[in-house]
Amino acid sequence: MEQLLLAFGSMALGVGACVLYFWGSNRLLDLALPPRSRNAADNIRRANMIRPWLFLGPAVIILSAYLVYPVFNSIYLSFHGRSGDVYVGLDNYRWLFADAGFRESIFNNLLWLVVVPSASTFFGLIAAALTDRISWGNIAKSLIFMPMAISFVGASVIWKFIYDVRAADVEQIGLLNAIVVFFGGEPQAWIALPFWNNFFLMIILIWIQTGFAMVILSAALRGIPEETVEAAVLDGANPFQIFMKIKVPQIWGTIAVVWTTITILVLKVFDIVLAMTNGQWGTQVLANFMFDWMFRGLDFGRSATIALVIMALVVPIMIWNIREAQKDG
Amino acid sequence: MTSRQSVAVAGEEIRLENVVKAYGDSRAVDDISVTLPAGAFTVLLGPSGCGKSTTLRMIAGLEEVTSGAITIGGKDITGLNAARRNISMVFQSYALFPHLSVAENITFGLKVRRVAKAEREDRLKTVADLLGLPLLLDRKPSQLSGGQQQRVALGRAIIAEKPVCLMDEPLSNLDAKLRHEMRVEIRALQQQLGFTMVYVTHDQVEAITMADQVVLLNGGKIEQVANPRALYEKPATAFAARFIGSPPMNIIPSTSLPLLGENAPDVLFGLRPEALELRSEGPVRGRVRTIEYLGADTLVACDVGGTDVLARLPSGRSVAAGDALSFGFAPDTLHIFDQTSGKRRDDLITQIGLQVQSS
Ligand SMILES: Nc1ncnc2c1ncn2[C@@H]1O[C@H](COP(=O)(O)OP(=O)(O)OP(=O)(O)O)[C@@H](O)[C@H]1O
Ligand SMILES: [Mg+2]
Repeated sequence: MEQLLLAFGSMALGVGACVLYFWGSNRLLDLALPPRSRNAADNIRRANMIRPWLFLGPAVIILSAYLVYPVFNSIYLSFHGRSGDVYVGLDNYRWLFADAGFRESIFNNLLWLVVVPSASTFFGLIAAALTDRISWGNIAKSLIFMPMAISFVGASVIWKFIYDVRAADVEQIGLLNAIVVFFGGEPQAWIALPFWNNFFLMIILIWIQTGFAMVILSAALRGIPEETVEAAVLDGANPFQIFMKIKVPQIWGTIAVVWTTITILVLKVFDIVLAMTNGQWGTQVLANFMFDWMFRGLDFGRSATIALVIMALVVPIMIWNIREAQKDG
Repeated sequence: MTSRQSVAVAGEEIRLENVVKAYGDSRAVDDISVTLPAGAFTVLLGPSGCGKSTTLRMIAGLEEVTSGAITIGGKDITGLNAARRNISMVFQSYALFPHLSVAENITFGLKVRRVAKAEREDRLKTVADLLGLPLLLDRKPSQLSGGQQQRVALGRAIIAEKPVCLMDEPLSNLDAKLRHEMRVEIRALQQQLGFTMVYVTHDQVEAITMADQVVLLNGGKIEQVANPRALYEKPATAFAARFIGSPPMNIIPSTSLPLLGENAPDVLFGLRPEALELRSEGPVRGRVRTIEYLGADTLVACDVGGTDVLARLPSGRSVAAGDALSFGFAPDTLHIFDQTSGKRRDDLITQIGLQVQSS
């Protein structure tokens, strides 16, 4: 009861403080630069220059505290030892580039990067194109979109059952092994199968992201002027040509945005690997690698260095993505 | 490889036989039968929603026919898909492919039909010269003005050298001056190349100036099929009479204007504003309600027995609201339509003509 009161109290206080801040600062500005009197025009112009900063101020400050400060702190930490107090120069970086675990992570991340965004976008595009043409398309769409609503860890749990393996003489409860056994094969420990296990993990993310790609691309496909399609039909183009030469080029911007959005997600992929293999059997990725050094290795310096590598990879794609999205609108 | 000097196609005849297009219970096109002669410029004319676009799209194969048959060049193409009907089409929005250059837009159809590159280039050059496009070939559609986009759309239609070309209000997005120029140009192009043109518009001026034959539609039905002159001079129905000409023809019920004497049937009289001339003791009498000064002449709206009647008078004559005026007209400018069916009643003309002249 007391807690509830406290919660409501602090909520009211917070909202009140916000109102007070926005209203009060606005009022102060009006008092300082009254929009009347001789230099009204000048005052209004100056006030209008200051006002956005006044209103954006709190958000900018809070965002800086949560986003910008950690960046600088990570940079600082990356030059320091495991508890962040001894300056070690470039030692962390030297260690990183020599470390086998890091190389494995980079390689796997690249693998994810090549496969997942293209596969998700590709399947999403196919799904969008096909579901628009069939009568039960909306049901199919909901089914394909459904995985988006599942958390990565939840999805991993589901797929753990699919990849599950039991001793050869016991009945297989894993779907994949059950099928393999049914056709007379040997049950496999899929997620421990070096190299290929990476792809088994990727399938999970593709399964989730195809729905996202489909929804965005389907909206884009519907935005294509019907008359350009009809003109192509009359010109004698077949459905495949119409799709490849008329529709896809017209939604190219959207495809690029979907692709890069998934790319960024893939660079940060973590939960699936943690839940499925925890980076064992050659499935390590950067984010999980960082997590390992932070919370298991308890090494601030090294984990900060890994974090910076991830950031360096994400930022350029992010900038390009934002540019492309703005061009689209 | 010989260079081609011109594009020329033999047009083909299009016939619609009892064509119906139904959307649920309502019929957008209601039992239309008409022949569009080979190599002629036929305009489908009518008010908004009368089924012009639907008819055109059925000919194109973009819309299915509910019942009836369509033949092109004597071949039944009712069930044939659009790509195989041997037609080209210009859309109201031009429907240019935004990601392709002007040249690629124009040759897209040839490319998907696997016409050899050398011939493609050759035909592109001919068409570009014909339409004044050579300097724009590398641009994207977004870098063109509306008029230039229109030309590209025309180019895309004529490069295919199809015997039939369909156009759905192709000029409606252009300004008045450009519209006039393009009107002349499209007409010239069609005559030069010789294909059968089916042209949709709701603008009667466009129809009158461009067409060899006008198909006037109303509510999904045909009102009249005629050449522009016949349409203007002998409208088959009261609707056709009012649709052609600006300002529209006056339609005056015989109750307001008893020209036929006491026990004649109820009819509608049609008189164009320019056919009315001031004449003392003329048969059409009314009081001036409003005056619209147009420069060379003046439009005067009079109340004739409860019906508004417009007259176009030379501006020299000054009239004021409230004046009582009487008009006469030459007997051959009078049109008579049946009260109920709206059909033309030429059989009554002679009878009246005599009366009018004697009065
Ligand atoms: N898909 C459709 N479903 C139901 N009714 C339709 C459909 N398409 C057209 N119609 C109806 O058919 C009629 C004719 O439409 P159409 O587009 O042919 O008119 P139009 O003569 O081209 O008119 P406009 O000059 O405005 O283009 C209209 O009443 C319209 O509401
Ligand atoms: Mg239309």
